[in-house]
Amino acid sequence: MAQIKHHLTDELIMAYSAGLLPEAFSLVVATHVSMCDACRAALEAHDAVGGAVLEDAGEVALAPEALANCLAAIEQLPPKGPIAFDRSELPLKNDPVLPEPLLDYVDGGIEAVNWRPVGLGVKQAILPTSKEASVRLLYIPAGAEVPDHGHHGTELTLVLQGAFRDEFDRFGPGDVEIADPNVEHTPVAEEGEPCICLAATDAPLKFRKFLPKIAQPFLRI
Amino acid sequence: MIKSPLLPDGDQNTVSIATKPRADQSLDQDWAALMIAIRDRQDTQAFAALFAHFAPRVKAFLLKSGANETLAEDCAQDVMTTVWRKSHLFDPARATVATWIFTIARNRKIDLLRKERRPEPEELPWGPEPEPDASDVIALEQDSKKLQSALIQLPEKQRILIERCYFGDLSHSEIASETGLPLGTIKSRIRLALERLRREMDADKE
Repeated sequence: MAQIKHHLTDELIMAYSAGLLPEAFSLVVATHVSMCDACRAALEAHDAVGGAVLEDAGEVALAPEALANCLAAIEQLPPKGPIAFDRSELPLKNDPVLPEPLLDYVDGGIEAVNWRPVGLGVKQAILPTSKEASVRLLYIPAGAEVPDHGHHGTELTLVLQGAFRDEFDRFGPGDVEIADPNVEHTPVAEEGEPCICLAATDAPLKFRKFLPKIAQPFLRI
Repeated sequence: MIKSPLLPDGDQNTVSIATKPRADQSLDQDWAALMIAIRDRQDTQAFAALFAHFAPRVKAFLLKSGANETLAEDCAQDVMTTVWRKSHLFDPARATVATWIFTIARNRKIDLLRKERRPEPEELPWGPEPEPDASDVIALEQDSKKLQSALIQLPEKQRILIERCYFGDLSHSEIASETGLPLGTIKSRIRLALERLRREMDADKE
């Protein structure tokens, strides 16, 4: 597991635990947690708050036949062995770049990503999520610059492969950069291998250098 | 949601939900042991006992989260069936039964109420052996009890804010990072359990 320096904030973890985040942000959180046990522990601790809230939520009686319904449904399930689980039987969904949560969004893994060029060798693939926020995979050739962009809302960028630097720090595999609204930053991919990131925004990205504003809705950036 | 036929009359009402007193005997009940009985022995008695305690709470949670009566009823039954179906993924060193059922209820709620997919982290299932250390399980349960009393004892305004958050009644920008809840020890316990799990998984690969 990579040495991760840049983690999720407690606010994001709590919002994800409570189920408040738009799907695009949830995807970044779930992917980071798949790579980072520190944040997984923080998430499961916040889930414990959810457990406490559930214990205290009060009780509302179910229909009289509810338990029988459940037992009947269980009866329909395929039988389990005495110990149902063997880790070695897990279908390992190993992709060299994309952690498991992303494989539900990119059919066929990293080789099958439908990249679209956005300029200077940079490519993106927008993933299908609910519309409140958007999330894309970004491919930045080694040494290349991501077009200078600002954004209206929060932007989460998670490095999946390679590394980039911007005005603030260096971000390697598993690192997540949380950029506030109005931050303009210019990530540059390190030399070596191409940098692949997962980036979510709750407002359209504004690329400044390459695209006239009018092209943005058309390209769905 | 669940369209299976009812059991014959004689098998109904094995557990009387409505008449169960709201007692805090729950704090002393060994829910984890019941989950393991479900996981390893498909124990329907154990399931009925979990159902009696948790199903009405799940339904209340869903109603408070904005579900209507029909949806909350169907969804609560569905959540409880999922508890059985996913029992092999329950890890008592990382979550109490209440916490684990909460995560299942939350995910179904997002499915049904928001009609959205819920991206989940890669599962880290633990193999059949070795079982987590009993003292770790007890320690996590004790910390979770402390967390629950801490939640009850918070100033009302703060407690309501946290509850609204988990009922989905806040926007994510309204969340405060300082909850005033003792999460540090739970976090470190889960961290240790994860480290042990990673070692076992690495050993499995060799």
